[in-house]
Amino acid sequence: MLLITCPFCGPRPELEFGYAGEAHVVRAQDPREVSDSQWTEYLYQRSNVRGVHAERWRHAHGCAQFFNALRDTTTDHFVATYRIGESRPDAAVEAGR
Amino acid sequence: MQRFSAFALVKHALSGHQHWQPQWRDATPKPAYDAVIVGGGGHGLGAAYYLAKEHGLRNIAVLEKGWIGGGNTGRNTTIIRSNYLFDESAALYDHALKLWEGLSQDINYNVMFSQRGVLMLAHNVHDEQSFKRHIHANRLNGVDNEWLTPAQAKEFCPPLNISGNMRHPVLGAALQRRAGTARHDAVAWGYARAADALGVDIIQNCEVTAIHRDAFGHVTGVTTSRGEIATRKIGVSAAGNSSVVMGMAGLRMPLESFPLQALVSEPIKPIFPCVVMSNTIHAYMSQSDKGELVIGAGTDAYTSYTQRGALHISAHTLEAICELFPDFRRMRMLRNWGGIVDVTPDRSPIIAKTPVPGLYVNCGWGTGGFKATPGAAHLFAWTIARGEPHTINAPFNLERFARGMLIDEAAAAAVAH
Repeated sequence: MLLITCPFCGPRPELEFGYAGEAHVVRAQDPREVSDSQWTEYLYQRSNVRGVHAERWRHAHGCAQFFNALRDTTTDHFVATYRIGESRPDAAVEAGR
Repeated sequence: MQRFSAFALVKHALSGHQHWQPQWRDATPKPAYDAVIVGGGGHGLGAAYYLAKEHGLRNIAVLEKGWIGGGNTGRNTTIIRSNYLFDESAALYDHALKLWEGLSQDINYNVMFSQRGVLMLAHNVHDEQSFKRHIHANRLNGVDNEWLTPAQAKEFCPPLNISGNMRHPVLGAALQRRAGTARHDAVAWGYARAADALGVDIIQNCEVTAIHRDAFGHVTGVTTSRGEIATRKIGVSAAGNSSVVMGMAGLRMPLESFPLQALVSEPIKPIFPCVVMSNTIHAYMSQSDKGELVIGAGTDAYTSYTQRGALHISAHTLEAICELFPDFRRMRMLRNWGGIVDVTPDRSPIIAKTPVPGLYVNCGWGTGGFKATPGAAHLFAWTIARGEPHTINAPFNLERFARGMLIDEAAAAAVAH
């Protein structure tokens, strides 16, 4: 079981969290304006990174907040967690793990 | 190829079994091939076999980054069934099941296909309605499936607990009698041997690191850990790593890769006559010919390439097994492991050509790829050879996501994946 550091509550066991998929997937402001391929990209295409992956988690059985995390999908090691609205931590954070 | 037969067995017994040939050559890569299959699992090896046997391509290589059958082919729970809801899926999986029925004879290799029946348990009213709908849909499609009462289910599978004091009591079951299991390693080895006999090069420890294209976008070859290989046709059959390999050609896929676990118990005498699946409380079990109880657990919540899963996932499944089969409560588990499954948004696979000319893909089998091995391989070979899909795999294309033509087995299966 993973130990995940909630940016609000600190380290907690994985069972308290829900996984919510890839982070930074932006919904179009007006879906009527985008093409079928752009809408498909938003709905279905995923990076599915083998390496450091930016993803959303929710501390469902804690503060109930969504937050973002960088996790290495080859080791399941969490590189960083950060709040929604913050930009993805830069490469220096990834290199310093 | 040295054919296997009772006569050959007796003949080799007289010389102490010292003179059997290796079952396939340890090939080294040639500079160019007519077609290259990326991924040496059952699907990839089978595709090479059918390309050689049915489409006359003999100059083919299967490139495997590890050892053949070492990925999901060697990591699954070997369940084979075709009782899917939608017409497209029933046609696809029953095509595979029909090929399973003749596979050992076709490739002269005993894949130990055993049609012992798959029992899918219903634990609530929704399950019962859903399974009965499946049964009617299956029968309209010519796929056998029947409803059993709890007593009939217990008669078919004596270790099953049908008492009313369970948290999720058994209210009935759907039984597909033609379904069953096969020996997973034998499938990879059998296809490898049969393909090799037709001239296919099976190249292990050969990881593809780049896909090359010409000015028109057509594929021209691959870079591998064992050198450059030129080819005009590439078939990607890389399961959990499909997104990574397709990314080398600049394509983004509607896939996410999750760890899926399985475990086996210590071996015991034959006690478990069939396969039992419970989607609602999430447990699958059968007994291998070696005597081990083979148990399938769920996927982890998050994407990963680690080929291992969390302990609480398998513990959850074992709790369900102990409830369903109280006889096994004191059994010890010998090994557990994980495989990486590539899951599509609708839980149906993709066997298709791609926007990149010369590049074909067989992926998205999610948690159920083993059962489809011969069918997927056969249809993938057809698609690669002709550049167009067979009518059976035509609906399983990449464009269905843009067109909204999903084949939504995710909703139909009622499985909490």
